[in-house]
Amino acid sequence: MSQSPLALAWDDIVSGLRRWRLAAMLGWTDIRLRYRGSVLGPCWLTLSALVMVASMGVIYARLFHMVLKDYLPFLSLSLALWQVGLASLLQESCTCFTEADSMIHAMKLPYTLQAIRLLVRNAIVFAHSIIVPIGVFILYGVWPGLVSLASLPGLLLWCVNGYAACLLLGPFCARFRDITPVVAAFMQIAFYVTPIIWQPGQLGARSRYLLLNPFYDMMELVRGPILGHLPSLTMIGISVGLSVIWCGLAFMTFLRTRARLAFWV
Amino acid sequence: MVSITLRDYSLIYPMFHGSARSFKKSLFKGVRQKLRDRQAVGGSIISQSDTTVVVALDTLSLDIVSGERVGLIGHNGAGKSTLLRAMAGIYESSLGTMQVEGEVHALLSPQAGMNTDLTGRENIRLYARVLGLSDKATKRLEEEVESFAELGAFMDLPVRHYSSGMAIRLGFGLTTSPRPEILLMDEWFMAGDSHFQEKARDRLTRLIECVRILVVTSHSLPILREWCTRIIWMEAGRVRMDGPANLVIDAYEAAGQG
Repeated sequence: MSQSPLALAWDDIVSGLRRWRLAAMLGWTDIRLRYRGSVLGPCWLTLSALVMVASMGVIYARLFHMVLKDYLPFLSLSLALWQVGLASLLQESCTCFTEADSMIHAMKLPYTLQAIRLLVRNAIVFAHSIIVPIGVFILYGVWPGLVSLASLPGLLLWCVNGYAACLLLGPFCARFRDITPVVAAFMQIAFYVTPIIWQPGQLGARSRYLLLNPFYDMMELVRGPILGHLPSLTMIGISVGLSVIWCGLAFMTFLRTRARLAFWV
Repeated sequence: MVSITLRDYSLIYPMFHGSARSFKKSLFKGVRQKLRDRQAVGGSIISQSDTTVVVALDTLSLDIVSGERVGLIGHNGAGKSTLLRAMAGIYESSLGTMQVEGEVHALLSPQAGMNTDLTGRENIRLYARVLGLSDKATKRLEEEVESFAELGAFMDLPVRHYSSGMAIRLGFGLTTSPRPEILLMDEWFMAGDSHFQEKARDRLTRLIECVRILVVTSHSLPILREWCTRIIWMEAGRVRMDGPANLVIDAYEAAGQG
């Protein structure tokens, strides 16, 4: 117990990973409980994504004067990726420790277990909401080809960043309860300034400034390959660079706050 | 060697209330404080009007060795439960040192980590996973707890529909199933109807016989007399008296605390 904070934090991360089976079970239980008593279960996610894409697709294709065949695959994919991969991951990372308070107070478990639990939970949601884009792709006969496999490293980077978000925002939001709504408001703005429902090309020449929006770079890392084009080196560079900083910050935060987390939640 | 060793161990517990939970207010308060400090001559006093700091454990030094059955007594808020939590590794403190050698299991609350939306059976499986049991051992645990708790059909209903007695029976059966080297126990095990209490005592006695070190908090002095070899009387986070069970309990009663 007289180990250094660094050793303890590292130990927490390692033993959290080692107990992934418990984390997976907790994540799976979260989803089951969320939809217990409903006939459709998690398929509600698929259905709501479908309704959203269908209604938004028709309206925005009109507004932007675009052909549904081009626009709908883009929109459905973007929405699915944004909602699960970025928005809900970041949003839920704020409460990953405060929601597990009874567990944290009852027994000694690695804190990072909660981060893995969150990743598992979101992976399950993702598996349900990705059905809609796949359906749209099939409907319009869009086949991206093998290049879409290049999105896998991007997805992995998302997971790492989501994990880091838990270690960074989790303690911060446990200590200061007004951060969670701030993050929610921030994500709302990010949704509109990032090309999710509109395409980068619509900005014309100024679209190059979009590179400065980290959400855009992260998004393109996964979305680009699925739509059939590889992300540029600049995008990869910015994404990886920011991720390294993000993870570094997360580890520093976790290192300094881990011992006090039990008092904060 | 199974042991618990504390050297000058202190634990300070922050309690936030009011604006201490707000980042915005904390930030502005910090800035305002800085400005005020600049004008003031002399040292700075950190204002912590919204954060109460509780010294829950105050420079404790203890040695608990294998074979000891330790009871913790004292007023509410004397630091008994906090000490148990610290020994269980839930609370951490960098003030002083605490060394716990041996495999620890803590019975801190009857609902310890139980999810009330899950059924009794699902909670057992979840708990088995927490303990890292194999599938076979999980099955065995399930059968064992089922026969102990006598919940019948309630076993497959969400725990939130249980009466408090039923929830305790399940929690008790579950948390007392592992056989650790060090057992830490809070006083909640006194609940339940009389039939259950008999069973519970049976089970606890069997459990206690297996463990090397027992640390238990309770307000029930007869039980402590029966179970414990050593009593630590705590007061305001410090040890008021430490010694053989009967000696300390007599002193405790004499002080009019019992």
